[in-house]
Amino acid sequence: MSTTASQPTSHAPAPRGPAPDADLATSAANRAVGVRTYRPAIGLGILALVSFLVFALHTSAREVQFRFSETGDAVRLPDMEVAAAPFGWVVTAVLAALAVAAGVRARALPRWAMVLAGLAFVAGFLVWIVGTAQTPSISLTALLAGSVALATPLVFGSLGGLLCERSGVVNIAIEAQLLFGAFSAAVAATVSGSPWVGLLAAVLGSVLVSVVLALFAIRYRVNQVIVGVVLNVLVSGLTGFLFATVLQPSAELFNSPPRLPHVRIPLLAEIPVVGPVLFDQSVIGYLMYATVAVVWFALYRTRWGLRTRAVGEHPKAADTLGVPVNALRVRNVLLGGAVAGLGGAFYTLVSVSAFTRDMTAGSGYIALAALIFGRWNPVGALLASLLFGFASNLESILSFLDTPVPSQFLAMLPYVVTILAVAGLVGRSRGPAASGEPYVKE
Amino acid sequence: MQLRLRDVTKKFGDFTANDRVDLTVEPHQIHCLLGENGAGKSTLMNVLYGLYEPTSGTVEIDGEPVAFSGPGDAMAAGIGMVHQHFMLIPVFTVAENVALGHESTRGASLDLATTRARIREISQRYGFAVDPDAVVEDLPVGVQQRVEIIKALVRDAEVLILDEPTAVLTPRETDELLAIMRQLRDGGTSIVFISHKLREVRAVSDVITVIRRGRVVGRVGPETSTDELAALMVGRDVSLTVDKTPALATGAALEVRDLTVVGDNGVVLLDGVDFDVAPGEILAVAGVQGNGQTELTRALVGLEERVTGSVRLDGHELTGLRTRDVLARGVGFVPEDRSTDGLVGSFSVAENLVLDRCHERSFAAGPSLRLGAIAQHAGSEVAEYDIRAGSVDSPVATLSGGNQQKVVIARELGRPLKLFVASQPTRGVDVGSIEFIHERIVAERDKGTAVLIVSTELDEVYALADRIAVFFHGRLMGIVGPDTPREALGRMMAGEPAESVLPAAPWDHAGDDDAAAPGTLSGGTDRGTTNPLPPTAAPPTPSEPTSPTGRTAPADRHEGNPTA
Repeated sequence: MSTTASQPTSHAPAPRGPAPDADLATSAANRAVGVRTYRPAIGLGILALVSFLVFALHTSAREVQFRFSETGDAVRLPDMEVAAAPFGWVVTAVLAALAVAAGVRARALPRWAMVLAGLAFVAGFLVWIVGTAQTPSISLTALLAGSVALATPLVFGSLGGLLCERSGVVNIAIEAQLLFGAFSAAVAATVSGSPWVGLLAAVLGSVLVSVVLALFAIRYRVNQVIVGVVLNVLVSGLTGFLFATVLQPSAELFNSPPRLPHVRIPLLAEIPVVGPVLFDQSVIGYLMYATVAVVWFALYRTRWGLRTRAVGEHPKAADTLGVPVNALRVRNVLLGGAVAGLGGAFYTLVSVSAFTRDMTAGSGYIALAALIFGRWNPVGALLASLLFGFASNLESILSFLDTPVPSQFLAMLPYVVTILAVAGLVGRSRGPAASGEPYVKE
Repeated sequence: MQLRLRDVTKKFGDFTANDRVDLTVEPHQIHCLLGENGAGKSTLMNVLYGLYEPTSGTVEIDGEPVAFSGPGDAMAAGIGMVHQHFMLIPVFTVAENVALGHESTRGASLDLATTRARIREISQRYGFAVDPDAVVEDLPVGVQQRVEIIKALVRDAEVLILDEPTAVLTPRETDELLAIMRQLRDGGTSIVFISHKLREVRAVSDVITVIRRGRVVGRVGPETSTDELAALMVGRDVSLTVDKTPALATGAALEVRDLTVVGDNGVVLLDGVDFDVAPGEILAVAGVQGNGQTELTRALVGLEERVTGSVRLDGHELTGLRTRDVLARGVGFVPEDRSTDGLVGSFSVAENLVLDRCHERSFAAGPSLRLGAIAQHAGSEVAEYDIRAGSVDSPVATLSGGNQQKVVIARELGRPLKLFVASQPTRGVDVGSIEFIHERIVAERDKGTAVLIVSTELDEVYALADRIAVFFHGRLMGIVGPDTPREALGRMMAGEPAESVLPAAPWDHAGDDDAAAPGTLSGGTDRGTTNPLPPTAAPPTPSEPTSPTGRTAPADRHEGNPTA
């Protein structure tokens, strides 16, 4: 444990102001001392060391090009050139300075400093890895737009999980909800010929998974983590079986869904970098931003949200105030399923035009990590999902650029980011207090 | 409105918690429900509040029977309840807590402004000083309780049930609460006051209903004497004091120096505490819960993480040792909460009796347990401590609170000790078991063991203590004699150091010229903190400031120095 009590240097005169007339609300509190922690310093030190060994020493002495716009764009911006080696040294210096600052203070640095360290490291990594490629040039627009696309199912998945966990039900079954949503969307859209029917089917399919989760977790009070894991395995097996026996042999009939329309907002989409990221999206992409906003508003600004948070924190207190705890939990678990279903639809109605076995590939678990990393807050979940989406997208872009770094290492990238994020490198996050605990009325 | 419980019976399986209880709460009345822990008071109120459904019998309002399917119905009918364990959401603000379940809305969005205004209005009317935007977990318990009362008042409660409201309060906060209760009554609210504390009950009640083992056993007025009330409550004459001879204590078995415990958020939970406990002496630690007592007991047995300072038992340093090694040095420990820290609920009585000794040769042969020896041991302990259990193989969770606590006490006293540390040794225990446990603790003292008791019940402190230590916000306010008046202890619990509250000191100028005044007791406290009292249980007298062992007091800066 790197945390130790700092020896109080001097004792204040022991009886600190007798307070015979102190009002209750203002009665003196305990003295506080700083608790020494070297965890941030060690974390930053490791980053600085990696940066030194890799970005500064082991770099190519080349210019790295970042493209803000492509030749066909309406608005052209000049490209940015960065010299790889000096940039590596700058990043190393910044990280080392922050590590020393954290070590001297022996406590966590302010938030902006940690964000700066994160951005510096990501930038250093980006410059270094592009520098190792055959053609050291990368389009920022493609990098960001791809990140948002890959983040879309994660955002829906983590929002679905958020709705469950905020009301006190742990949802490990996000993976199952995404997968079953994708499957239902593919089949329904193919059979009906309408992607909108597919979207609806994705929601319903995912809600079906939620029904099972709610039934076992709330009604029968089975351990919620176990139910979630079992659901994931069950849905994976079920969709895999149906894929092999039904979808694959007659793909024309069941597995060639039409795509959801892509909407390009005129003018706004022409803004360099930001335009294509925000205003040139599939319907589900726009839906994603709307859902984040709606969930945030509902959670913090409505009666439903207040009750939901209360039920997730202290169900008994909510019960004594006449809030129907388990009914609310059931409703929210179903609602969470519906939201996750939209993310599932992204796979078969936007991303790829067919369902394949286990096509979600663990995204549900990454969504769960995004939920924790984002501290159970809709906006936090969005940002965390975007970070994970960025890591995945970087991997696929880099594989085109032909870098000497083995692609397996790049494929590990999103998961390494996840582990670092969830391990509490960015501060401890406190989840809903009653999450995972079934509520039993005496 | 008039509230009546008619012939209410509530059974849990075979256990009858309430047996044909008949109770009428008139308007403008403080109606006290007096009974021991486990007598069925809380069950009855949960029936009244719609949390439990009665097995038979009815609840009537103004003569009309009503059926509550949940607390929502009870609240709609004008019944509010302040639970013993507050029903507040720690991470919410006061306004959010008050609004919950009773939200006003503007369109789709929540309208907390209305709630805030209501809180301010009520707060002003009763002088509560509650900030609607404060986060509840940051508030002192006394204020949290007011938030609970506001919650009920906002819902226009005409009957307010207060379940053991004073358990978490200092004597001063208790007085304030009693004043609030009178004010509410005069304003037209009827109050049901649940308590087992006779003094408060007599001070505030208009009518007292005594409950024993689920039945109403008496309905008396507040003029009834304390002894009579106690006899009614327990069902026989009880001695509220423990027979014990004065401590024959000299020297120090336990020496605590500058002990500091820091919480993981940097809050100093125990702040540079110094004291000694002599062999054969009971030091009772009084104080409202959450002022460092729990951390003190945990630090003594090595359960706290960030500890500085020194704890020596017979000259051997204990800090830094693993808990098992501390216990092996002859320390017995009764944790505050038996169900979470003292016992393994699903284990049998026999297993619980050897939890900390199952590696000893007498109970284990290599890696395997000697089940025969364990069973035999259990048999003799159950007999010795009068533990009433179905069998020694029954899960300990099936025992009553008193018997569970006896299991813990039996285990901890079952081996030779030099120091016995007990936190809330009789919380939630029936009176019969309390007497028994107290006798055992005194017997252990008489064997020459140093005893440290932490209790929030002043009666228990007075019953057991050879000396009394008071903690406030992690600091030791002083160590005083066993017959220091209740009022003085109360002031110490609210943060006044011993030397400014002791009777001989003038109460209005706190210790500024005490040093020059030979009539004050600051010398006595000084001596008391570093040395046990002379073998008379008399209160500290100012005449003898020298210590038998000649040690000077390093603790001066904490308790002794009245000019500090």
